[in-house]
Amino acid sequence: MIPMVLLLLSIVFLIVRVVPGDPVLLHFEKKASEEAIAEMRHDLGLDKPLHIQYFEYLAGLLHGDLGKSMAPGRDSISQQIFSAFPATLELALFSILIAVGIGTLLGVRASRSYNSVQDHLVRVFGTVIYAIPVFFLGMILLLIFSINLNWFPAGGRTQPTLEPFGLTVNLSEPVGGFIPHFLWSLPAGFVFLAICFIALKRKHMKFWPRGMVFSLLAFFTGWSVYAMVTWYFMSAGVLHISTGLYTIDSVLELNIVKFVEAVRYLFLPSLTLGLMLSGVFIRLTRSNMLETLRQDFVTAAKARGLKESTVVYGYAFRNAFLPILTMMGLQFAMLLGGAILTETTFSWPGLGRYIVDRINFRDYTAIQGAVIFFGILVAIVNLIVDILYAYLDPRIRF
Amino acid sequence: MTLLGSVIVLSMILLTVVGPWVSPHDPTAINVRPPPNPGPPSGDFPLGTNLLGQDMLSRVLCGGSIILQVALLSVLFCFIIGVPVGLLSSYAGGTLDKVFTLVMDSFYAFPGLVLAIAIAAIMGRGVINMALSIAVVYVPSYFRIVRSQVLTIKELPYTEAAQAAGAGGRTILLRYILPNVLPSIVIVATVNFADAILTAAGLTFVGLGVGIDVPDWGWDLTQGRQLLPSGAWWVITFPGLMIILLALGFTLMGEGLSELLNPRLEQ
Repeated sequence: MIPMVLLLLSIVFLIVRVVPGDPVLLHFEKKASEEAIAEMRHDLGLDKPLHIQYFEYLAGLLHGDLGKSMAPGRDSISQQIFSAFPATLELALFSILIAVGIGTLLGVRASRSYNSVQDHLVRVFGTVIYAIPVFFLGMILLLIFSINLNWFPAGGRTQPTLEPFGLTVNLSEPVGGFIPHFLWSLPAGFVFLAICFIALKRKHMKFWPRGMVFSLLAFFTGWSVYAMVTWYFMSAGVLHISTGLYTIDSVLELNIVKFVEAVRYLFLPSLTLGLMLSGVFIRLTRSNMLETLRQDFVTAAKARGLKESTVVYGYAFRNAFLPILTMMGLQFAMLLGGAILTETTFSWPGLGRYIVDRINFRDYTAIQGAVIFFGILVAIVNLIVDILYAYLDPRIRF
Repeated sequence: MTLLGSVIVLSMILLTVVGPWVSPHDPTAINVRPPPNPGPPSGDFPLGTNLLGQDMLSRVLCGGSIILQVALLSVLFCFIIGVPVGLLSSYAGGTLDKVFTLVMDSFYAFPGLVLAIAIAAIMGRGVINMALSIAVVYVPSYFRIVRSQVLTIKELPYTEAAQAAGAGGRTILLRYILPNVLPSIVIVATVNFADAILTAAGLTFVGLGVGIDVPDWGWDLTQGRQLLPSGAWWVITFPGLMIILLALGFTLMGEGLSELLNPRLEQ
């Protein structure tokens, strides 16, 4: 995976610098003075030899620096991307939930009534939904539910008056300094000890001697880390907890109004994207279920007189789910592409909007940064899916 | 299914060719209908007019040419690049194969539209540039399918027989392997047509389209987004339906073809 990411980084790096001839000239469309061009080249480090640029760029990436934007402020691209990312993440999470929900529900239904009218309808839905441009679907939903029926807002992420989201806690500094605070944190050590015991038991590990070492380590590390982290936050006085995902932040705040608003704004975009992705999941679930329902253990379960829904969901679906999980990882790349178009349709202030905005500004360094961020994101998601797969499928053990 | 798909696709192509002759107005002429525009569907303008007062019916009739050109060219580019590279790489094997597979895999795993958008943004406007940036995304699918097929065919007895009879590498590749790979490539190409059409529409939607002086469904959709708050549904609905129909036609054709050519898949 790492060579793949590295290769992609290098290709993007080269494309930006070599294909257009010169990104700076292209940015100005030849309508700038020599000084302005030279200044921008210098600011962005584009006047250095290519191999030095390349190593600086790789070194920057290692500590999360994606370079500077071509916009007059020369803002840090990483900062802009990180502030736009939670919006895209929230959209992505909800739409994949919707896609898998619709996909498995319809797919299982279709497979249970193989070759019936219902089955054909579901298949037609799966094929047609795949052929609809996601932004067209978005605009139609927008037209119906937002502009005509006025049920949902037409765009954006929330009402500006409700921002910022996130929980702010005022903490008073603990009395007596660090030593009493440290002693009072002792229970945290016991919690970690208990977790360690449970883990040892599950792994069937003997307590003596390695288990003993592990428990002692867990106890002391847990205790001191808890004490130090809480001390750090408490002495800072104010603690701001915010995930950047508005639905989760509003729950943290226990603010119903904010939660309802966040969901109302999120609903149409994630439904659009979810519907687009659902086609693949419908097909996959259907074909997998058809295969699984034919296997011996399903027949055996039926023969034992179990209810049909138990057989379908408890036995067959559990086995058909693993390929769906893999597909979730594979579809993540497609999801990001769809997110660009969906975000543009709904003015959703995420990464997709950021990219489109930067394209219109001809900000090539920012486009490069965003593309690389997307690439790394896809690689990480695929890694997570691989790990989950290995965890869920007992046949795979590394 | 193949039949239905082909009928849709052929009629769309026919429509694009004859569109300019049968359309009632010049699709690019502005203020064909006197302002205020956009105007809803009416007797003279059955599909309404857009913000510039252009007749939507004429635009819908003529608007397929760009998207079809881009899709056709991109599939052609994929074919020209993906097939020979796949053939050579898998037939030669060794380091060359490893390098090509790594390059193709990294493109394959990457979000296609993001890559296409980035490349199109860098290369600038134009039908060929759009087609190239879409081709970059889909070449790996051709490469993979060719490679997997060649690896199986290479081991089959008749290839070995040809080798034993003294056929050179080129003869084996072109006369023994390629004809057997072609059916799968045709399937991939038809399915890719649908993807290429949707990607081309997406590129236009984010502002990387060809321009305003040519009628284009994708551009109509882009412009229609600004008009949504006024409730002008006719500006987006008809071009959108045409894109769906076109993509659906190719999807149906591809699926039908793959069932025809791979009867085993049906079970």
